Amino acid sequence: MVNGINLALQFLDSFAFIVLAAAGLAIIFGIMGVINLAHGEFILVGAYATTLSATKLGLPLAAAMLVGTLVTAAFGVVVERFVISGAVPNWIGQRTVGRDFVEPLYDRLADSMVATFGLSLIMVQGARVVFGNSIDTVGTPFGNIAYGAFSYSTYRIVLSGVSIALLVGVYYIFTRTEYGMTARATIQDEETARALGVDTERIYMATFAIGSGLAGLTGALFAPTLSMQPTLGDQFLVEAFVAVVVGGPSVVLGTALSGGVLGAIQAVFTNLYGTFFGRIALLAAAMVALRFLPDGITGFIETVQSRRQEGE
Amino acid sequence: MATDAPPDGGQSLAARVRARFEGPNTIGNSNGFWVGFLVAVAALVAFPLVGNAEQFSLFLVLSLLGLSLSVVWGYTGVLSFGQVVFFGLGGYTFAVVSINVSTPGGITAAVLAGVVGGGIGAAVLGYFMFYGGVRDVYVTIITLVATMVLHTFMAQTAGSEWTIGEAALGGFNGMPDIPLLKLGVGAASFQFMYNAIPVWVPGFGTVELDPFYYLALVLLVGTYLGLRALVNSDYGRAMVAVREDEDRTRMFGYNVKRIKLVVFILGGALAGLSGVLYAARNVFIDPTVFTLLFATLPVIWVSVGGRKSLLGAIIATIAIEYIRVTLGGELALVMLGALLLGTILFLPNGIVPWVHKQIRQNRPAPADAEGPETPDPTEASES
Repeated sequence: MVNGINLALQFLDSFAFIVLAAAGLAIIFGIMGVINLAHGEFILVGAYATTLSATKLGLPLAAAMLVGTLVTAAFGVVVERFVISGAVPNWIGQRTVGRDFVEPLYDRLADSMVATFGLSLIMVQGARVVFGNSIDTVGTPFGNIAYGAFSYSTYRIVLSGVSIALLVGVYYIFTRTEYGMTARATIQDEETARALGVDTERIYMATFAIGSGLAGLTGALFAPTLSMQPTLGDQFLVEAFVAVVVGGPSVVLGTALSGGVLGAIQAVFTNLYGTFFGRIALLAAAMVALRFLPDGITGFIETVQSRRQEGE
Repeated sequence: MATDAPPDGGQSLAARVRARFEGPNTIGNSNGFWVGFLVAVAALVAFPLVGNAEQFSLFLVLSLLGLSLSVVWGYTGVLSFGQVVFFGLGGYTFAVVSINVSTPGGITAAVLAGVVGGGIGAAVLGYFMFYGGVRDVYVTIITLVATMVLHTFMAQTAGSEWTIGEAALGGFNGMPDIPLLKLGVGAASFQFMYNAIPVWVPGFGTVELDPFYYLALVLLVGTYLGLRALVNSDYGRAMVAVREDEDRTRMFGYNVKRIKLVVFILGGALAGLSGVLYAARNVFIDPTVFTLLFATLPVIWVSVGGRKSLLGAIIATIAIEYIRVTLGGELALVMLGALLLGTILFLPNGIVPWVHKQIRQNRPAPADAEGPETPDPTEASES
C-alpha cells in the first residue's frame, strides 16, 4: 500500500537529490555552453575533501563541508584556467612560440564533453591511485525520526531544506547581484556585453567556480550518506543530466521545476516498483518530455509567453 | 594521379571503381595512399605469423565500433555516447538467439539477428530523438543516459525470471554459454572459433592460423571500403552537409531528420555487428559493455584518431586498445584521459588528419589536386 508520509518523504528525497545533483551542471551548461562530464568527479572532490577533513583533520562536519565546497570551487578555477578557457596553455604558448595553443571550449558542446570526459577519467583513476578503492566515511548526523512503523533519517529531510535554500540562493545571485546581471548579459549577447565593458572572461571563470562549488557542496552534503569510492560521482550523472535536459534553458527555474516533476515521478515509481523502475521512469519521462518539449520545461514556458504577448 | 577527371566512359574500369572510393570526404585519394593501404592490408594478413592474432582480433572487432561512431559523429555530426547500447544489444541478441538455436544455421541467423537488433535499437532511439526535435547536444545526453539505464537494467537480470527461451541473461555474471561461432547451414558451415587451421607458409613452416582473425579482418576492410564509398557518394555529401549546417541543408530541400535517422540506424547496425563479433570472440558477454567507461571508449578512439576520418578511427582504435591492453595497471586510464584531453585541446581535429596535413604540406603542389578538405574555418585560419 502506498503510505502518504512515505511518499512525501520519498518525493522530498528525490527532489533534493535531483536539484543538488543538477545545480552545478545546469549553471555551467546554461551560462558557458560547456557540458561538464566531469561533474560527477567534481562531486567526488567535494565529498572526498569533506570526508578527509572531517576524519583526518578532525574538523566538525559543518566546517568540513565548507572546506569541501571551497576546495571544489578552487579546483574548478584551476580546471577553467587550464582546460576550459585554455588561458594557461595559451599564456605558455604566447611566451614560447608566440601563438595560442588551444581555443576556449566555450560553446563547443561536443568538444567540451569529450575534454571533460578525459578529465573525469584522470580524476577517477587518480583518486583510486592516491586514496585507494575506498576511504573511511563519516557517520550520518542527526539520527532518525520515527513515525508509526517507519523511521526516516532526519538528515535527508535537512537535505531537502538545503536544496530549496540553494535554489533561492542561486536565484538571488543571478537576479539581484551585479555578477548575476553581467552573467545574464553574457549569456544573451557576449559581444555586446564585452563592448559595454563586461569582463566576460572573468564571468566565465566565476561561473565555473560557482558551478564547481555547487557540485562540491553536493558532494559535501551527500558525503555522510554515500560509500566513499572513486566512482561515487557516477550515481549523480543520470539524474543531473536528465534534470538539465528536462529543465531547459532557464537555469534556476528549470532546475527547480524539473526537480519537482522528475522528483514526483521518481518518488511514485520508486515507492510502487522499487529503485530500478524509479530510474527507468525517470528516463522515460525525460524521453517523453524531450519528444514534446524539445526545449525543456522553461523553453516551453517561454514559447507560451511569447505567443501570448503576440496575441495581445 | 588523383587529378582524374570525373568518371566518364573513357576511363578504365579500375579508375571508375577507384573513383567510387575517393572524394573530398576521405583522407587518402592518391596513388601513394592506395599503395600504402594495400601494404597495410597485406601486413595485417601476415600479422598472425609474427604476432598474437587472438588478441589482435579484438582490436579489429572494436575498430568496427569505432567506425560506427565515426560515420555517425564525424560525418553526420550526431555525437552519440550510445554506440555501446547497440553494440551490447547486438551482442546480447546474438547470445540469446544462438543459445536457443545452437545449430550452424541458427548461429548464422543469430549473427544477422544481432546486427538487426543493433539497427532496430538505433531506429527506435533515433526516431524518438530526431523526429522529436531533440537537438545536437541533447542527443548526446540522451544516448549517454540510455547507456547508463541499460547498464542498470542488465545488471539486475540475475534472477531466473530474466530468461529468454533457454538463455539466462545472468545479471552481472553475464552469459557464458554462447556457442562457438559457425557460419553456414548444416554441413556447409564453418566454425570460426577455436578452429585454428594449419597452413604451410614459405619461410615459417606450418603455422596455425585463426579463422576468426581473418573473418574480422575481412569484415573490417569491407566495412571501411563500403563506408568510404558511402561518404563519397551523393548521400555522403548530404550527410556532411547536415554536419556542417543543418538549417541550410534543410533549406536546400533535404530531409535532415531522415538522413540523421538512416545514418544512426546504419551506425547502430554496424555497432551491433561489432557487438556480435565481440560476444562471439569472447564466447561471453556481460553488462560491462554498458558501463560509462566502455561507452566513452569509442568517443576517445574517434576523437583521438580524427572524427572526420574513417581511417583515423581504425588506427586510433587499434593503437589505443593496444596501449590499454599492454599498459594495463592503474595508470592506463590516467594516460588515456590525458591523451583524450590533450588531443581535444591541441589537435581538435584528431591526429590522423593532422599527420595528413603535414604530409600534404611537405609535398609538391600538384598533389593538392585531390581537392580541399571539407571547408573548415579552423583549418583555414591556421595556415
